[in-house]
Amino acid sequence: MGKLVLAQFLFYVLGGLAGFLRRKNPEHSNRIACVSALAAGVSGMFYSAGILLSGKGIALSFRGGVPLCGAVFLEVDALSAFFIFLISFLSVPVSIFALGYNREYFGKKNVPLLGLFYNFFLLSMVLVTMARNIFVFLTAWEIMSLVSYFLVVTEHENPKARRAGLLYFVMTHAGTAFIAGAFWLLFSASGALAFDAFRAHAAMLSPGLKNVVFFCALVGFGTKAGMIPFHIWLPEAHPEAPSPISALMSGAMIKTAIYALLRFIFFFLGPVYFWWGAVLLGFGIFSVLVGILYALMEKDLKRLLAFSSIENIGIILLGIGMGVVLISSRQPIFALFAVAAALYHALNHAAFKGLLFLGAGSVLSGTHTRNIEELGGLIKKMPWTAACFLTGSAAISALPPLNGFVSEWMTLLALFSGVDCEGFGIRFFSVVLASLLGLAGALAATCFVKAFGIAFLGLPRSPRAECAREGSRSMKIGMITLALSCFGLGLAAPVIVPILGKLSGELTTEISGNIPLIHGSFLVFPGGWSQISLPWVFGVMAVSLSVIAAAMTVFAGRVSVKTGPSWDCGMRGLTPRMQYSGTGYSKPIRRIFSFLYQPSRKVEVEDEGYSVLRTAKHFESGIRPLFEETIYRPMAKFALYFSEKAKRIQTGHIQIYLGYIFVTLLALLLFTRVSS
Amino acid sequence: MTLILSVFQAVLIAGFAPAVSWFIKKMKAVSQNRVGPRFFQVYFDLIKLFRKGMVISGTASWVFHAAPYVFFGGTIAAALMLPVIWKGALCGFMGDAILFVYLLALGRFFLVLAALDTGTAFGGMGSSREMFLSSLAEPALLLSFFSIGFHTKTLSLTGMMSVLAADSPHRVIFFVSLAFGAVLILAIAESGRIPVDNPATHLELTMVHEAMVLEYSGRYLALLEWGHQIKQLLFLTLLANLFFPWGIPDTFNAVPIVLSLLLYAGKIAVAAWVIGWIEIHFAKLRLFRVPDFLAVAFVLALLSFLGQLMVGRGA
Repeated sequence: MGKLVLAQFLFYVLGGLAGFLRRKNPEHSNRIACVSALAAGVSGMFYSAGILLSGKGIALSFRGGVPLCGAVFLEVDALSAFFIFLISFLSVPVSIFALGYNREYFGKKNVPLLGLFYNFFLLSMVLVTMARNIFVFLTAWEIMSLVSYFLVVTEHENPKARRAGLLYFVMTHAGTAFIAGAFWLLFSASGALAFDAFRAHAAMLSPGLKNVVFFCALVGFGTKAGMIPFHIWLPEAHPEAPSPISALMSGAMIKTAIYALLRFIFFFLGPVYFWWGAVLLGFGIFSVLVGILYALMEKDLKRLLAFSSIENIGIILLGIGMGVVLISSRQPIFALFAVAAALYHALNHAAFKGLLFLGAGSVLSGTHTRNIEELGGLIKKMPWTAACFLTGSAAISALPPLNGFVSEWMTLLALFSGVDCEGFGIRFFSVVLASLLGLAGALAATCFVKAFGIAFLGLPRSPRAECAREGSRSMKIGMITLALSCFGLGLAAPVIVPILGKLSGELTTEISGNIPLIHGSFLVFPGGWSQISLPWVFGVMAVSLSVIAAAMTVFAGRVSVKTGPSWDCGMRGLTPRMQYSGTGYSKPIRRIFSFLYQPSRKVEVEDEGYSVLRTAKHFESGIRPLFEETIYRPMAKFALYFSEKAKRIQTGHIQIYLGYIFVTLLALLLFTRVSS
Repeated sequence: MTLILSVFQAVLIAGFAPAVSWFIKKMKAVSQNRVGPRFFQVYFDLIKLFRKGMVISGTASWVFHAAPYVFFGGTIAAALMLPVIWKGALCGFMGDAILFVYLLALGRFFLVLAALDTGTAFGGMGSSREMFLSSLAEPALLLSFFSIGFHTKTLSLTGMMSVLAADSPHRVIFFVSLAFGAVLILAIAESGRIPVDNPATHLELTMVHEAMVLEYSGRYLALLEWGHQIKQLLFLTLLANLFFPWGIPDTFNAVPIVLSLLLYAGKIAVAAWVIGWIEIHFAKLRLFRVPDFLAVAFVLALLSFLGQLMVGRGA
């Protein structure tokens, strides 16, 4: 096991560096980087799956002198192993996809450098989950942020990418400041840098301190996870990165924040408080609804996916928050179920969001646009991409028998289990939250019907879509692998859920016995409310479909099928402009949720002397970016105002600066004098 | 015996569904002083469509071909979970009310995609409106199920019905009657009836479901129409069996089963009459008024739950 961990590290480091050996030949260099990331991913999957199955973790200690922290100590316990599995599992198909996708960059970009960043990005994510010491953790966290920043600005000649990169850079460091603050508080309370010490010391923390640490961790990791209202970087940065990187950022990187949040809440902060759960639920439902509502309004395919990631992070937070609420309401078994639902959703989201981003990448490389209003009819030109994107869309819309449905079902039941607790508030809100999650699920279906329907179906809306072509073989293989895993993760639920239940049991409870979460092929809710079996659903649907098809041929015989034009209302021929556009598709939603969107439209009309012969010359419509305008713009304004004021003391004269130093020194001397 | 009865239930739902459509059509016709279709006309229509050739749009892809099957299959799978004339269902074990809701969503997902597939303005319009309305209907339906599930302590449809059937009538009426209102509104919305959708017109201002299936013909249209009728009957059966669960036997004697069959037909006739009555007496709502109507369903379901919280769970 330990050897596989080292092998993974070596593949990442050597694979990242070896690309430079063949820097003259980008094809070779790209192949080296991707294949080594693939190999590292496979070894990561092996050992993490082994740890999850056996329950025995591994510890690695590297002797040596890293200043301030001594020997580097890494450990893989069940929680880390789960997230390493998630990262490695996603990195395999993404690396296969990148083999073909990165051809875009040959001759335009420094391919070996891209390969280095790619491998180090994966390595840093794995390290984040293994770190058992403040310094190692923060270093890995920072490498992850920096490397992903460089990956976001890969297309730095595009000013939008630079702007997105800067925003990401600023936001992620603001988040890191909060994380460092949380760690500093833990350090000052326990006097140690190691995670083990925090855990041992957890029960002795004062409630006030625990609350502050929780708040800092929530803001810090919430920023990384894209929790609303700290999300504004996410829909900017994820789309600008190359598509395989977008897939990793949305599928895996934001999950590292979930990992860290879980470790903080359940390991470092000991017995949890009820109100933490309430806060997590509040942020969760807010992220779910606002995320999907903004996704609905997007016409940029990758931005749409990024907003939907915010929604899914919200669903994961709902699971965790309900877990915390249930623990403090003394329902440990339901809490276990809730956290298992969150973990399952994290894994499923990695699969289907990775798939959708790869699909969007395939569309981008086939048509060179992300704007769905310019697409259409791609299902004929790119059949494989279309089939995979459709699978991903169905999975993210929580349709049975795909994987999204299982975790959504678990989350719904976990929320609903709140009715068994004491207290009016929790009983009432748990059901309201469950139905709001149902609303978000239905809106997600609308959003992805729009994304798939407008981009892939109908007539091509632009020459770009007309000339689209399918991606290379490796891109297809990458997408198909993930599409199959969307089916697999759903149908294999009876295998996966007990593993997650065990892991979640370690987090939430001291109960070590077996909680019956499955019964044969059935997933059983421990409260006995309900059970479900996706293999059965799949079987019943398959049987009923074949019975229908057979009955039709037997009883009604074969019928003639002719091809004709679509109904054009008697006009002569349909043009692509007559189809519904993406904006038009979501117009009803924009209208009824106008309190959130605050849509604006501007029509400039010109009449050529005759008021009856008006021709609209210019039409503009948009929605107001609420969070940017109400929270971030004032903050930026304040920062600018403050720096403007601070400029006054910056005169540029060396004498003045020496004077400042002298005054400071005097003040310090006086201060030490007085205090001693 | 169990198996035969369960299969019979599925066949009953599928076979009975066109008759319910006929009943409502006939009611409307009589109210307008028309003669209306004969009873067997609905069946003849379906048989005729199954035998007819199809014209498929040149723009359409495989999604267009798959959609009727998935829609029909999803609806049938949902139907298999519902108890009809006795307290079990063929596939009642495989999932709960949440699965029921999402199986219907699966069929809808493919149907709205197929509507976009032919590249017409009508298809897009129907598709957009259908998703818009169902996005608002789905949470209300879930909430109704949660509200009933709170009382019955189970979310499986068969389980809910058994618990309610064993309850005394005044308790059932007390605890879940508000949810009945919610499910009634949702039954109207999901089966595309006035005041949400008008099944009788092909006018672009009003249609939702008809706009989606405009490009379909022949066998596919038959599947879609039949599936839609089954879906309508599913919601009526929910109304009949969840809110008036009496007289449904759990033994296999012939007499109770036959009685239960007659009783079921009677209950469905009453529910269909209510839907038809609303259809006759109301005009279609403007599209952007429909969310208010669906909000009523949501509020009713919420009140039903809230009432139980205040008064007690009634277990």
